Amino acid sequence: MHEQAPEDRIRRRMLQPVQLALYLTGSMLSFMAVAPLFWMVSMSLKETNEVFSANLIPHRPTLDNFIYVFTQVNFFRYLWNTFFVSAVVTIVALAFHSMAGYALARLRFPGRDVIFLAMFATFLVSQPVIIVPLFILARSLGLLDSYAGLIVPSIFNAFGIFLLRQFYLAIPRELEEAAIIDGAGYFRIYWSIVLPLSRPILSALAILFFLANWNSFLWPLTITSNQDLWMVQVAIASFRQQYNGSWNYIMAASTVVALPTLAMFVVFQKRIIESIKTTGIK
Amino acid sequence: MAADPLFWRSLRVTIVYIVALVPSLYVVGLGLALLVQSNTRFNGFVRSLLFMPQTVSLVVVGLVWQVLLVDKIGLFNQFGSVMNLPAVSWLGDPRFALITVIVVSVWFLMGFYMLIFLGGLQDIPREYYEAARIDGAGPVQSFFRITLPLLQPTSFFVLLVSTVAAVCESQTFDLVYIMTRGGPANSTSLAIFYIYQQAFLFNEYGYAAAMASVLVLVLMAITVLMFLLTGGGRFSYA
Repeated sequence: MHEQAPEDRIRRRMLQPVQLALYLTGSMLSFMAVAPLFWMVSMSLKETNEVFSANLIPHRPTLDNFIYVFTQVNFFRYLWNTFFVSAVVTIVALAFHSMAGYALARLRFPGRDVIFLAMFATFLVSQPVIIVPLFILARSLGLLDSYAGLIVPSIFNAFGIFLLRQFYLAIPRELEEAAIIDGAGYFRIYWSIVLPLSRPILSALAILFFLANWNSFLWPLTITSNQDLWMVQVAIASFRQQYNGSWNYIMAASTVVALPTLAMFVVFQKRIIESIKTTGIK
Repeated sequence: MAADPLFWRSLRVTIVYIVALVPSLYVVGLGLALLVQSNTRFNGFVRSLLFMPQTVSLVVVGLVWQVLLVDKIGLFNQFGSVMNLPAVSWLGDPRFALITVIVVSVWFLMGFYMLIFLGGLQDIPREYYEAARIDGAGPVQSFFRITLPLLQPTSFFVLLVSTVAAVCESQTFDLVYIMTRGGPANSTSLAIFYIYQQAFLFNEYGYAAAMASVLVLVLMAITVLMFLLTGGGRFSYA
């Protein structure tokens, strides 16, 4: 035992350069991860003739680019559309997903396992693959160029239902049995026992759903041609076409679009990181 | 479909994209996870920063990288000329465009896979490492003898999810649409993007749907193959 002590001390001293190297690598890699975002903000604050100079801090910072974006394009409208669609999808999806998850976890009905399997099978098929049939379906339902068309197809999400089902399976049955003895029906149990218990997982899902909808591009691009219904991602993609080469304007618009999600990440980072680490949801 | 050279081209581009992206994400994700594995304050901060690109939309990501990579005056080419490297058109040269799209995809996705690996690393009991160290195993040996074998379920999940991501997740469309539009010379025309073009630019809905079906079949074949090779994700020798 006594002999190990000096060896330990040597080991600790030896670790110093290793630790320093780890610190340096970590700092360098995290800089590489966020540097493009820094430059986005930096360019959005630069004047036209300074955009491509390599300095990160603008010589003469200006807000003109932002003012230009908001006055030349109906950007408030696009932001509102995006916020509205994302919020509605998130709320409706959570309501339906938690009910579906609860039904699949607790109720016994014929075909339950088949339904669950069918939902789970869609897990591997992402939206870009089914975009054509989805579009044709939405068109024949008259959903083109409407809020409903933006909202309804985004509600179903196999992973949300799957995750909630797993969560409900882990809730001890005794809690619900006590409620049944007290005369509560299924909906009452769902509403006053199951929902309050699932608050943490629902809030994690809410953040992720909102982010995903705010950032979605392909579906809004496909289903809307009316400019009044554009979501921000579609708006900046077309803004880029329109102001080809005016990178300071494009970067200002990008900053406006990215800031809400970055702010959400900074506020909720613990919750986001934990939920992804443990479940692998995006 | 079989007679459409552009379809075969897009399938080939997709396969190159899968073959490059999946191993890169595995190595980068696992490497980053190992780097920030211990729960120090500094590492928590680094984790957050590495994950940050994921929270930004792919449209913004595409635009930002596009401006950084602009020919001649873009930041990357300025940096290159300071280092006396030949000027490269990162998005305009058919030899480089796909590589650029792959690198940006890795940059965007790496934080997610880092977190998945961190979750997997957390489940490995510390005692194993201590026992190995007492037995005289170095860090390299304990990585290959303990970490990798015990990470197999996570590895399987990562390989499966990243393959799906490489075939049809949103970055396959969004990044290509913003940065290259499938060009130059169709060198970045991933299958998903080609399907979109056929459907919504040329109104060939039936043709596009047929190609999407082929893509799903390819994806299913890869998934089944992975399941068979790994014994249902459990890895026979675990």
